[in-house]
Amino acid sequence: MTKKEYEDIPGTFVFDADRSREGYHLNMFCISLGKQVNRDAFKADPEAYLDKYPMTADQRAAILARDWNEMLRLGGNIYYTSKLAAFDGITFQDLAAMMSGMEREEYRAMMVNGGRSVEGNRYKSEWGEE
Amino acid sequence: MAHIKAGVGVSHVPAIGVAMDQGITDQPYWQPVFEGFKKSREWMKEQNPDVIFLVYNDHCTAFDASCIPTFALGAAAEFKPADEGWGPRPVPVVKNHQKLASHIAQSLILDEFDITIMNEMEVDHGLTVPLSVMYGEVDKDDEWPALVIPLAVNVVQYPAPTGNRCYNLGKAIRRAVESFDEDLNVMIFGTGGMSHQLQYKRAGLINADWDQRFLDLIAEDPVYASQIPHVEYLREAGSEGVELVMWHVMRGALDEKVKEVHRHYHVPASNTAVGHIILENEAA
Ligand SMILES: [Fe+2]
Repeated sequence: MTKKEYEDIPGTFVFDADRSREGYHLNMFCISLGKQVNRDAFKADPEAYLDKYPMTADQRAAILARDWNEMLRLGGNIYYTSKLAAFDGITFQDLAAMMSGMEREEYRAMMVNGGRSVEGNRYKSEWGEE
Repeated sequence: MAHIKAGVGVSHVPAIGVAMDQGITDQPYWQPVFEGFKKSREWMKEQNPDVIFLVYNDHCTAFDASCIPTFALGAAAEFKPADEGWGPRPVPVVKNHQKLASHIAQSLILDEFDITIMNEMEVDHGLTVPLSVMYGEVDKDDEWPALVIPLAVNVVQYPAPTGNRCYNLGKAIRRAVESFDEDLNVMIFGTGGMSHQLQYKRAGLINADWDQRFLDLIAEDPVYASQIPHVEYLREAGSEGVELVMWHVMRGALDEKVKEVHRHYHVPASNTAVGHIILENEAA
């Protein structure tokens, strides 16, 4: 496999076919929560509801722990995981704050002041990652 | 003969729709966002298009991971606003110009763009927010002032179609429209963006300089703009900023040289930089 140029962006998962394959059942679980009948079923018995989706133990644990970044790492996509956040009553902006490890107010202030700068955030080497 | 006189590139941030639906557009946070659409709404009234060909992306609403068409054209009679988890938006059902939609689908396929045809589809904020910002509030029980032909583009799973492909698709759409007999004023919207990242540790990324340059290029050098590679969008405009490829479809449907009528840019709307640009063919 050739190296993927788009993987050299820090703090970012590019949702490509490899991630889509890995996260398929996790994502399909999340998107199912777009329907009220499924939200009710998941609320009533989370474990039984999750049994319907043949995901890995790690993915299941990440969902139950609401470890938003771990879900992404295991193939989740933000448009899907945000449905689980919505189920929990978490807004998109607050979810973004959680994923980037910021306090809610700190994140809001950053956005009002022009957002997170791209300077120092383009390449993994700038974050001391490889 | 049907013709395309003008195009609009515009963000489709869901929070903007929510602000309109809740009637809070004059709050200090939102006021600068909506100020920029005042002129656009007057312009829309003047132009009064019969049909809007609206290029947008579905956010896992009509299409989940089980089916990912790169280009899907709406041929149904109408498209209901979808429930995206917080109830359907209180806006009118979107009505199609079915004959023109089918004609475009046919023409595109014979022109070697193998698009998917949707005879049932709900539409999400990606389609309804651009209509709302450009027309202003329209009551749920009224009608949108124009018929709408939706074209959904996959930008959720990498890779989205290239800017080049989108630009050429725009040209093919123009050929299709201009070979339709009925005398119709067709406007084209390319939606999404501008810079934003919704996920992981770099969430909240905004790149105003890059966005402004993109607006310049879209107006003045569309061919060059269409060559911007995916990795540049992802790195410079954020992982969800890649939605901007859809603006090239709009741009390809216009003349290479156009008149810029209006432009507006503001940060932020929720997690996103919101921008729009109005372009007219010189001969229009
Ligand atoms: Fe979008």
